[in-house]
Formats: sequence, C-alpha cells, structure tokens
Amino acid sequence: MEYQVKNISANDFEQCIKCTICTVYCPVAAVNTAYPGPKQAGPDGERYRLKNPDFYNNALKYCLNCKRCEVSCPNNVRIGDIIQTARIRYDKSSPKLRDRLLASTDFMGSCATKMAPVVNLMLGLAPVKATMHGVLGIDKHRTFPKYSGKTFEKWMRTKAPDQSGFKNNVAYFHGCYVNYNYPQLGKDLVTVLNAVGYGVHLLEKERCCGVAKISNRLIDSAKADAELNIASIRKAVNQGMPVIGASSTCIFTMRDEYPHLLGVDNADVRDSISLATVFLYNLIDSGKIKLAFKPGFHTRVTYHTPCHMQKLGWGIYSSSLIRMIPGVEFEPIDSLCCGIAGTYGFKKENYPYSQAIGKELFDQIARAGVDYVVTDCETCKWQIEMSTGMRVLNPISLLAMALDVEATKKLNNVH
Amino acid sequence: MLRNSGGIKTKANRIRGSRLGISCNELKDHFVMTNSIKPPKRYDVVIIGAGATGAGTARDCAMRGLKVLLVERLDFTAGATGRNHGLLHSGARYAVTDGESATECIKENMTLRRIAAHCVEETGGLFVTLPEDSLEYQKTFVESCQRAGINAEVIDPAEALRMEPAVNPDIIGAVKVPDGAVDPFRLTTANALAARQNGADILTYHEVVDFIRSGNRICGVVLRDHHTGELTRVECDIVVNAAGIWGQRIVEMAGAKINMFPAKGALLIFGHRVNNVVINRCRKPADADILVPGDTISLIGTTSSRIPYDQIDNMTVTPEEVDVLLREGIKIAPALAYTRILRAYAGVRPLIASDDDPSGRSISRGIVCLDHAVRDGIEGFVTISGGKLMTYRLMAEWAADMVCKKLGIEGKKCQTAEIPLPGSESKEEGDAHSRKHHIIDMSTDQKAAEGRHGTLSSEIATSDVDDALVCECEAVSVGEVNFAIDKLHVNNLINLRRRTRMGMGTCQGGLCACRAASILGDRLNCQQKALYDLASFVNERWKGMKPVAWGQTLVEAQFTSWLYEGMCGLDRYQHNEQGNNQ
Repeated sequence: MEYQVKNISANDFEQCIKCTICTVYCPVAAVNTAYPGPKQAGPDGERYRLKNPDFYNNALKYCLNCKRCEVSCPNNVRIGDIIQTARIRYDKSSPKLRDRLLASTDFMGSCATKMAPVVNLMLGLAPVKATMHGVLGIDKHRTFPKYSGKTFEKWMRTKAPDQSGFKNNVAYFHGCYVNYNYPQLGKDLVTVLNAVGYGVHLLEKERCCGVAKISNRLIDSAKADAELNIASIRKAVNQGMPVIGASSTCIFTMRDEYPHLLGVDNADVRDSISLATVFLYNLIDSGKIKLAFKPGFHTRVTYHTPCHMQKLGWGIYSSSLIRMIPGVEFEPIDSLCCGIAGTYGFKKENYPYSQAIGKELFDQIARAGVDYVVTDCETCKWQIEMSTGMRVLNPISLLAMALDVEATKKLNNVH
Repeated sequence: MLRNSGGIKTKANRIRGSRLGISCNELKDHFVMTNSIKPPKRYDVVIIGAGATGAGTARDCAMRGLKVLLVERLDFTAGATGRNHGLLHSGARYAVTDGESATECIKENMTLRRIAAHCVEETGGLFVTLPEDSLEYQKTFVESCQRAGINAEVIDPAEALRMEPAVNPDIIGAVKVPDGAVDPFRLTTANALAARQNGADILTYHEVVDFIRSGNRICGVVLRDHHTGELTRVECDIVVNAAGIWGQRIVEMAGAKINMFPAKGALLIFGHRVNNVVINRCRKPADADILVPGDTISLIGTTSSRIPYDQIDNMTVTPEEVDVLLREGIKIAPALAYTRILRAYAGVRPLIASDDDPSGRSISRGIVCLDHAVRDGIEGFVTISGGKLMTYRLMAEWAADMVCKKLGIEGKKCQTAEIPLPGSESKEEGDAHSRKHHIIDMSTDQKAAEGRHGTLSSEIATSDVDDALVCECEAVSVGEVNFAIDKLHVNNLINLRRRTRMGMGTCQGGLCACRAASILGDRLNCQQKALYDLASFVNERWKGMKPVAWGQTLVEAQFTSWLYEGMCGLDRYQHNEQGNNQ
C-alpha cells in the first residue's frame, strides 16, 4: 500500500506553509484590526476548530468572501472556503431579520417590483433610511438600487417568439439584479447576442444564485435554490445550450461555490456555465462571429476587476473585449476590492470598513478621468456609483452602446 | 545572557523564599524565579530531575513543609516526561499484562481529572479489534480491565465509528474505556509552580556533578551551572534521585549500582486532530497501536527497541521506525495515510531491573522506590524510578513518604491527590455561565491560553500590543510569552515552547521563533544571545522534521530555511551551546 504520497485535508488547509501572503492581500485585514486575517481565520483557526468547535470566533463574520486570499495563495489553499465553511458549520446563532431580508433577493424583488415607484421613493427618504439604520442595522449611507416596475422575465416572455428562429442558442441566467432592478442589461445582452446570431432563452426555472444566502448563513434555503438552478441548467445543457450570465458573482457561485459550500454537485455542467464576455470573446477569437461598431463612437473607460472575476481569472476577457471596440480609450487601473461584497457593505457594522476598503479604488477611478467605469458585477457597480458619482456599465451594455446592430447582423448572416 | 540575571526586576525577587503565612493568591503574583540561589544554602531535601516525578516529589515534599530544592540539568520535561504519547491512560493498555500498573493507572487517572483539570482533556478512549486481530483477545482484555477496576464497555463497531469517525471502518470489535489526553509539559510546570508556591527553590540548567559526603552519608550536592560553568555546593539532609533513565549515573556517582534498560520509543506528530477520541488497537501491546489526540495535533506511537545505555542522549528517529509507525497506524485510522506529518521524535523509557533478580534481566514495570541506606548502606539517598507518567503523583507520594520517614517527620499527610494544581482550581459557577455567553467573541489566543494555563491565564496581560500573536499556528500572544517569561521559568526559546506551545504548530517555528527571540532578547537584555538561541531553536525544530521531510513539511522547512538563512543570515549564529540544545 502506498501512503503519504499526497496530503489531503478539508479545503487543502494543510497545504498552507504559513507564508502569510493571503493576509497581505486581504482587503479587510488592512482596514479592520478586529479581523485576524485569512491565514489566522482560515488554516490556523481550522486546527483549533477541529480540536473543539468552541474555538469558532465571531470575528470571522468580517470576511467578505472576496477570495483574494485564494488568488494570492501559492499552494492553492481554499482559504475563503475554509472561513465560509466554518461560519456555516460552527456559528449556531440564528441569522438576524436584517440578514434574512438582505439575502432574500427573490422574495424582496418580487414584492418590490409590484409597487416599484413607491418602494423606490420610500427607500430614498431620509426618515426611512434612518429607521432601517436604527431598527434593522442597514446603513443609512447606502443607496438602494432602484426596483423596476416590470421584471426582465416578464419582458423576455413577450420576446420569446423572436428568439426561436436562430441556429445557435444560449440559455441566459439573468440573476436577481437584471430581473428586479435593471432589465436593461438583459435587454442589451439579447440585442448583442441576437446580432451575432444567437437566440437567447430563459432557463426553465431560475432562482437567486445563492451568494447572498451563503454569506448570511441561510444554507438550507441556498441549497434548495442551487439544486433548482443546477437542474434547470442541466436541462438547458442537455438541449445543447450553453448557459451564460452577465454577473460575475452569480456565475462564480454556480461554478465554484456550489460543490464546496453547499454540497451541490455541478461537475457535469460546470464547464458549460460561462460569463457573457468570456463567451463572446471566445467566439470572436475563434472567428465564429464578427462585430461591427458605430462609426464615430468614442468614449474613455476603465475596467474594474470584481474580486470574483479575479478569482475566476477572467478579468482579461472582459477588458480585452472592451478594448476591441475601436472608439474606446482604455485607462487601466489596479485590481482592487471595492469593499461592498454584496450584502456585506449594507450592514451598519461593516459600512465604515466597506468604504475604507474601497477608498484606494475610488481614488484610482477618480484619477483615471474616464466617462464610464466598466465592470461585470452589479454590487461593485452600486458601490462605485455611490462612492465616486461615476456612471458604471456592464461590458455587455457598453458593447450594446457601441455596436452597429444592423451591420453586425449582416456580417454574421443574420436575417 | 539568556538568564534572568537582572533583566526582570520585580517585587518577587525581593521576597523570594518567603513561603508560609502568605496566601496562595499573593504567591501567585510572585512566581518570578531567578535561576540561581544564594549560597551557602541548606535544604531538607534536594530532588534531582524536573520531569513529572521530580516536580511532583518537590510539590509533595514542599506541601509537607520541607525545605526543597529541585535541580534539573536542562529544562523541565527534557527527558521521558516530554517525549511520550501524552496519554491519560485508563490503565486498560496494561490490564492484561500488568494488573497492578493498571489499577494504579485508573486510580491516578481519576485523580488527575480532579487535580489537573487544565492539563487533561477528557476525550474517552476506544480499543478496536481489526479483522486481522482476534476477538478472543477482546474477551481477555475486558475481563482484565474489570479486575483492575477499569470501566471497559464492549460497544458495537458502528457505535465506535459514530463516536470517532476516524476509526478504520473495517473494525470487528470495539471497547470503550476512560482514556484521555494529558499534557505532560503543563502537568510538570504546574507541579513545579505548586512546589514554588510552597516555598521550594528550583534550578534548571544545573547539573549534579558530585555529592557532598560525610562517611557513608550523602549530605549535599555539587551543582554545575550550565550557563556559567560555576560550581555551587548545596547541603541537605536527603537527596532524591528522580532523574529517570539518567538516574543510573546518579546512583553510580553515589557509589552504588542499579540496572536500567533504556527502551527507545518513537512517535509521529500529525498536523491537526485526526481523531478526537483516543484509539488503541486491541491486541497485545505492540508497535504503533495508540493514536492520541493531543491539543491541536494527533500522535501515533510507539515503537519499542532496546538501545545501549551510552546512547540515551542520542535520540534520532530512523526511517524504519517512521515506516512501521505509518504502516501500523494506518490500520487503526486510515486518514494517517494522507495527513500531513509535522515531526517525529523519540524518548527513552526508564525501565529498571528488579532488585530480587540476581541476573539483573528481569524488568520491573511498576514503581521502584529505593532507600539506598537499606539497599547499599548509603545514608541520605533515595531513588524513585520505574512507573509511568500516569503514576508520577503516586511515585512522588512514595518518595515523599520515604523522605519523611527518614527525616523522622510524622503526621505530615500527603495532600497531592486532593489539592488542585495551580491553574486547575475550580471556577465559580457564575464564571462558567458568562463564559458560555461570551465564548464566541473570545479570540482564538484567549481561548487557547485558557486551555494551556487554566485559571492562571487571567494573569496574561491584554492590550493592543499584548494581544498581537507571536505564534500564529498555536495562537500564543505577546502577553502569554511575557507571562511565561515572568512566571513559568523561561530561559530560552525551547523553555518557552514547552510552556506555551510556541513553535509547536504547522510552521514549526518558521514565523514565531524570531518574534519570540526578539521579546526574549529584550526582556533578558541581550539580543546577541537571542540570535544564538534562535539558531539553536530552529535547528532543533529541523531535527524533528528531518525524518518526515517530504510533501508540505519539506516545503515548510525549505521556506523556513530561506527566511532564516537566505534572508536573515542566521547560519552565522550557529554554535553548539551546551544546555541550550535540548
């Protein structure tokens, strides 16, 4: 029998050689001394928690699950997973009402869209913000994303007949933000994909990817959503449709968090789940599609790499796609965390850290002197818009702005 | 110089030596030891060897009101006490072969749970029968346990797997026994602290190089200070030899002879807890049949091989020993096949020949307490040996009884089984309740320090600086290091490791040793000496990693070498300094 050929441990925590690079790259440890940093909260703490679960420590809730620790680790220790798993396994306290509300994006979204104008107005009022701050613990400085009066799904159903005539088809995981808040991004995606000869279809059923529920420890509910999503994705894949999305965190969660954190097996479909920019870039790169742009289009942009894009290693696809647009003047900035991390930055106790983390990014954006900030993540968008006053676009929306749809259709033989 | 020679000036230095008439709490604040005594000094009893037995004997004698000096050539627990499984034996392991030891073990097991709560972890234990072993032995085993008064309960193998998921799922039998884990470093330190609370003096790095004699009577010792080379004469009425395997040399120095048979036992330390319940293999005692969860790690052991007496200071673990430990260990817990190994180490069991066997070949497994006046005509000299870590307190009791008898002291009862050790005093109930409430907000190092020092952890300072971690793997804070330097008799980094676990974790000193050396250098007023100490500490860590240097352990060692040699140039500070190497 062979033994000691390979060291195996949960989330590879024993691969850690204690080099501490992760803590150097941790955006939280840099601003919040109450957080012990990924090394101590992760692999170091894990040894003690294995001895006795009482060693679990409340400071782990400061982790914003950006995974920059994992990106920096030379030994592929899944440090973020160790910390999230510990929170799930050992924090026995019941999630607060606030956390449940923030995490239940589908529930809140479907309620809010029914009376969007009222809700949007209310959420902007100072007394409402003060009440949410005091009673719920949602920070009063936050600007909530506006709800849309009509969901993307509803709009998409009316467009279903238009999508049937294509030779190539994709299934679109739109995510909660597109559905309840910003259907325009979904519409942009349909425009772009249709122009290059791809029909866009809804999944049979779609729920929130679960990232908010995972970070707020609503694991049973997240798991139920994940199972439903993967079943729908599997159906689409079996029909020959790759599944794409325009939100990096949704895609990251479904590809890389489901198996480790929720125990939902996605091995058979994982490679078929992709980000819209990666999907388009690969089609262009392999010569399968061509894009034509509006003559005279000009804008100056920068690309912000969301943490989960950094983890996916896909930032280069989005930025390269943007740079293909002839009229785009591209100003690069460093890959830095914006600090919001989904629901994290909405919480009163995290708000100051959230803004402190993002400060360097905000400064770089201000110095870049651009018309738009482009990014693949909607919560990064809220954070940057609120904190810098800049307009933030998804790369797909920028593409839709610049694209000469009719010329592109012609190039790709779409009628 | 890495001695407490002037670096630490506290009130305690001035009042050192005062003993009776001060409450324990007052004394707790004044533990600071200067590692020297002012000659000429007279003691009732000098105890040689600060292993568990020596420290226990010092505590017992001091609690009976004797004026005690405990001397140790290196550090507390530098011998067999610090090189074993750390198993709180239920006695079940000995039940079949040695009923007497088994009975002693279970009794002491229950006593230690009471008096040394902060050194003990009540994990419970299992004796599992593998398919290749016979269930017949289980029957004999359970009967023997019952005879010895050990509560051994046959359980379903499936139940055993529920209790401890790391157990080999193929087991065909399982017995539950009251095994546990005991930290021999904490236990010995607590005994030394208790001795000091009761007025004893303690000298480490002081070796007995000769006896002071008057006719056939031993009436003192000559000590050599390992750091300065100075010789000191200390007079006393009785010398107790509690030097373990080194005791043979002490007896020879006194002019008599005992036969000891050094048996080497090797063990492997795994990187984290593989099991939370002690797993024993239910068969005749053999190699690698006990897996103990000890603090943050798990330990598999041991091997057993006779070695020549002249090799007792030369312990290295061989590839064959590593191989047998793994091969056999995997059978009881399959996870050992792929769990990272931190280090390997070996200790020497001090087995002693029975006095009633003229051939000198028959080995006593039990406690041996010799009055050399009766045996060899040497007055004032007692040897306590044999036994086990588990029975250290009983051995100490026997030795102290003999000392009292020889001094003609009557009516001084042994209280060591009733009075808790420093750190293990029971907490008030209110504390326990509020603790439960706040435990989730306590940092890892606060909780870890409480585990290591029990109630004494309340003396560890907290502030922004004190809360910073020196050792991140084992969560040892600056405050805890300072506490150990002030109160736990720390002269060098190896002492500090034994008192706090600094450097015992995954990185084996890679990150923490330089931080600790810096603090120690500051506190003891000599950064130069601290550099040599650091080099010697890092080398000592490598010695244990070398036999298992593959995979991540090798990567870790390489990384440490880059840091210390490549970046810091520490290799310039290596030298072989007597006394700091162990």
